[in-house]
Amino acid sequence: MQNTVEIRHVTHAYKTPAGPLPVLNDLSLAIPTGAFCAVVGPSGCGKSTLTRLIAGLMKPDRGEVFLHGEPVRGPRSTVGMAFQNPVLLEWRSILDNVILPLEIVAPRMARRDREARARELLALVGLEGFEAKRPSELSGGMRQRASLCRAIVHKPEVLILDEPFGALDAFTREDLWQTMHALRREEPFTTLLITHDLRESIFLADEVIVLSGRPATAQYRMDVPGGTGRTLDDLYTPEAADRLNLLRHQIQIAQGRHEAAA
Amino acid sequence: MSARKIAVPLVAIVLFLLFWEFLVWFNGWPRYRMAAPSDLPPAYWRFRWLFIEMGWQTLWRTVAGLILAVIFGTALGVVMGFSRTMRDALYPLLVGFNAVPKATVVPIIALMFVGQHDFNTVLIAFLISFFPIAVSVSIGLSTLEPEYRDILRSLGASKLTIFWKIALPKTLPEFFGALKVAVTLAFIGTNLMEIVSPHGRGLGALFDSGRINSDYPLMFAVLIALAFLGIVLYYIVVALERVFAGWADRSPA
Repeated sequence: MQNTVEIRHVTHAYKTPAGPLPVLNDLSLAIPTGAFCAVVGPSGCGKSTLTRLIAGLMKPDRGEVFLHGEPVRGPRSTVGMAFQNPVLLEWRSILDNVILPLEIVAPRMARRDREARARELLALVGLEGFEAKRPSELSGGMRQRASLCRAIVHKPEVLILDEPFGALDAFTREDLWQTMHALRREEPFTTLLITHDLRESIFLADEVIVLSGRPATAQYRMDVPGGTGRTLDDLYTPEAADRLNLLRHQIQIAQGRHEAAA
Repeated sequence: MSARKIAVPLVAIVLFLLFWEFLVWFNGWPRYRMAAPSDLPPAYWRFRWLFIEMGWQTLWRTVAGLILAVIFGTALGVVMGFSRTMRDALYPLLVGFNAVPKATVVPIIALMFVGQHDFNTVLIAFLISFFPIAVSVSIGLSTLEPEYRDILRSLGASKLTIFWKIALPKTLPEFFGALKVAVTLAFIGTNLMEIVSPHGRGLGALFDSGRINSDYPLMFAVLIALAFLGIVLYYIVVALERVFAGWADRSPA
């Protein structure tokens, strides 16, 4: 199987007034085409840096990032992004917000086709009938659904999710997890999810990667079977509890608190 | 607009005029010391052609100054909003420039371009009103959350596209807020110049000639004409704001 995303020995440091701040240290990871990879780790360990490197918004100091075997030199239209803040444009309707990437990526696409594509996605995430609303008229969960639609409207090969469900309440979050599965069944994309929520990681991802504390490297990998067939009930099985425990243990090691917790 | 929305301010205005009339009548002030509202209609009628001519002059000069301020202020704001170096370089200069009381600048400009009434009046209206526009545009652009930029930048959009599709519309509410301030300031600038400039034109000059003759009814008539023009200009900006930045209004429809 080909790897859509591949990160090879990436090391990166931020320049700060107090000297260089290393955030990533010899990090390598690969996401096979169509797979869903979740990255968890302590706060401030460089997870968001990782997303910006893959999106081509930043260049690493050392090492290389590959998309489809090609080194990433800058931003490219085959990437879709969604953040914790849905960043919808308040002056546009929900429909026009979802259309936005198409205006950049496919400027020649007919307005009718753009709308049809956006409507199809909005219906898929349960926002049918809200196309003409302004973002300010929608709840936080609905805004995040619209933001997800915008991230995949141009059929990106890689979807980068930087804690998109982080600011939602627990029930809304679980609804959106299921929406995510529904989207994955319909749309072929390779996903990298940054999250702090271990349950979220084992519900959504095929592979979970635990990053160590700063400067981060891949500390632990876990394969999760079941794909998009998983249900919320599967989170309450002994197997799921074992996985969560294992991940929690790894996070504690990453935080450097292992001894204290033991 | 409901009848109530018109009636309430109208009643307030009528009450205000009645109180004013009463004050003048009660104190027995003569016309060379204070004018009453009832003195104003005759003053308007007597100088009706002057009011139309001078009112038009004041109006177009203010609007011309304001248009220049919008163009220059926005350009300056864009430069300062996108470049940290330019912001650091220009900010103290701008603040210093704004801190100088314009009443002191007016005589200088009036002397520099003596006789060029249109030019010096438009210039002062412009000078006095570009500052808030430049500052608000630069702040609006520099406080744009990075994620807003990233959603387009990650697709390979150019800087110009990002500016056009995101930064500019996002700054519009701040821009209109500043424009409301700028309208009033430009109006003050125009009038200051018209009053100070020798043989000036416009409502300011009309006011000055009333002052020289101790013609209180004329002076008050000019003040109220100025207030009227100021309100008209202000509400034109409000109407433009509704059209272009109405989305920022969250009050329940």
